[in-house]
Amino acid sequence: MQDKHSVGLVKTEYYTFADPPEKFRLENGGKLGPVTLAYETYGRLNRNKSNAILITHALSGDAHVAGIHSAEDKKPGWWDFMIGPGKPFDTKKYFIICSNVIGGCKGSTGPTSVNPETGNPYNLDFPEISIGDMVNAQCHLIDHLGIGRLLAVAGGSMGGQQALQWAVAYPDRVAGVIPIATTARLNVQGIAFDVVGRQAITGDPKWKNGDYLNRGTIPSDGLAVARMLAHITYLSEDSMRKKFGRKRQETNGEADSVADFEVGSYLRYQGESFIRRFDANTYLYITKAIDHFDLTEEYGSLEAAFGLTKSKFLVMSFTSDWLFNTAQSKEIVQALNVGHKDVSFCEITSSYGHDAFLLPNPVMERLITGFLRTLRN
Amino acid sequence: MNTLPKRLSDRIRLDLEIIADLIESDSRVLDLGCGEGELLAKLTAEKRCQGQGIEIEDVNICACVEKGVPVIHADLDLGLNDYPDQSFDYVILSRTLQVVKRPDFILKEMLRVGKICIVSFPNFGALRVRSHLFFRGRMPVTRNLPYQWFNTPNIHLLTIKDFKTFCRTEGIRILKQIHLGSERKQGIWPDLMPNLFAHLSIFTIEMARNAKPKTD
Repeated sequence: MQDKHSVGLVKTEYYTFADPPEKFRLENGGKLGPVTLAYETYGRLNRNKSNAILITHALSGDAHVAGIHSAEDKKPGWWDFMIGPGKPFDTKKYFIICSNVIGGCKGSTGPTSVNPETGNPYNLDFPEISIGDMVNAQCHLIDHLGIGRLLAVAGGSMGGQQALQWAVAYPDRVAGVIPIATTARLNVQGIAFDVVGRQAITGDPKWKNGDYLNRGTIPSDGLAVARMLAHITYLSEDSMRKKFGRKRQETNGEADSVADFEVGSYLRYQGESFIRRFDANTYLYITKAIDHFDLTEEYGSLEAAFGLTKSKFLVMSFTSDWLFNTAQSKEIVQALNVGHKDVSFCEITSSYGHDAFLLPNPVMERLITGFLRTLRN
Repeated sequence: MNTLPKRLSDRIRLDLEIIADLIESDSRVLDLGCGEGELLAKLTAEKRCQGQGIEIEDVNICACVEKGVPVIHADLDLGLNDYPDQSFDYVILSRTLQVVKRPDFILKEMLRVGKICIVSFPNFGALRVRSHLFFRGRMPVTRNLPYQWFNTPNIHLLTIKDFKTFCRTEGIRILKQIHLGSERKQGIWPDLMPNLFAHLSIFTIEMARNAKPKTD
């Protein structure tokens, strides 16, 4: 049965640019080319090309943000409840774009891509990638689509970092910025979790100094542990208690130190399913980009970073999110306030922790719907 | 706060009309406890003001955002830390003074952040309130103060005299005062004897030039 609020069947497209010798210049001074971005679009670009909204994804996200890829596809895109006819990002009104980030492993050029100079995957030869590089690459795509100024950029977590970066790097090219559950610089607690996640991967003997793809193996244990750890940081104590409590799990009489609690078998499942859909080296690169993103350091102060922006901002955080907590959103809001920028902020009540932005929430949906309607482009 | 009787919401609107008239065009305005953002929307549309609201209820925040009024989710009781000194031309506190935990603290914060502050509050010295307490011997329940003692958000009720005394001792200059009588109008009696006949008062205040706001 066709859901009238779904964007329906969608297809991932690819745009390749920066063919050598015209390579894509990276923030750290390096060059990369050619670069391919996997992207999807929904809705129709209007004649003035003024209704385009870019959705930016988080660490493990991809370009497939809404709809399904085939009639048998059971799982829609990662933000399907937000995007479609009559939804907050209303595809009857807006032209929605989402691309996999540069450095990703979901169709865009990243560590698993083949290096044209060697004929083998880049692996650790892939250059360091920053949030700025992700945004600059997206800008190539936006140019390619013929869009001068985006109506909005919206994203949560690392997606929110990209939204902030858009406002800072392209002040004339985005009317509205929606950073959700994010930060202008990750706090040290967040960095610490990422450090342990990376250590789990590089400490796995099957990692082979990053060369595992050429050796026919993958550091599945390390990557799974990294994901299990990260997954804990995406939940709240409250949501874990409600979901699992201290419930035990039947283990068929075998001693299983992980799966004897329900929460253990859940996390193990999360880790195992992650191995199948994500690449270990990519995890290293992208978490580093998240950790190194620091607008304060780059511009001297956060106020200075936002100095040139003309965008309107809608900043949102969630009460139970202790990873990208409200204090980090307030830091953004305060800097925008000092610069007399047009900013709204709401700390939304939710018990779902950092994951809250990926789950239906009437306040988040109403705020985004209302905010988008007030944007002029 | 959302359970105000309907007839009272008309009265709030009148209160806001008067406040809007006190504000110069092209000003920067901070509205504390801005509700659904009606005042700021009006000031932006009619006087080209740059507005910013502060509000604690998420439904009100949604209503502001829908109107295009910039609004920040914050608790006034925590102060205005996020705002630099003298960064707004006007700071407004409409019918909210009696609700905050430390009215003295929020008034000083307002005067720090704003060049001119506009404060409105229901007058607990009004004859109707006094007679309610005097004759019935019970906490007054009036149109302006519709709650019972056990559920009222109004935890710091004050009279006009109280407010003026506070201003004098804190070095706050009163620039303008407007008193509204029972029929929601300005009139001879509220003007002559405000502390007895005004039901709602609006004060425009600033920090006296040689006085610095004291903080505890």
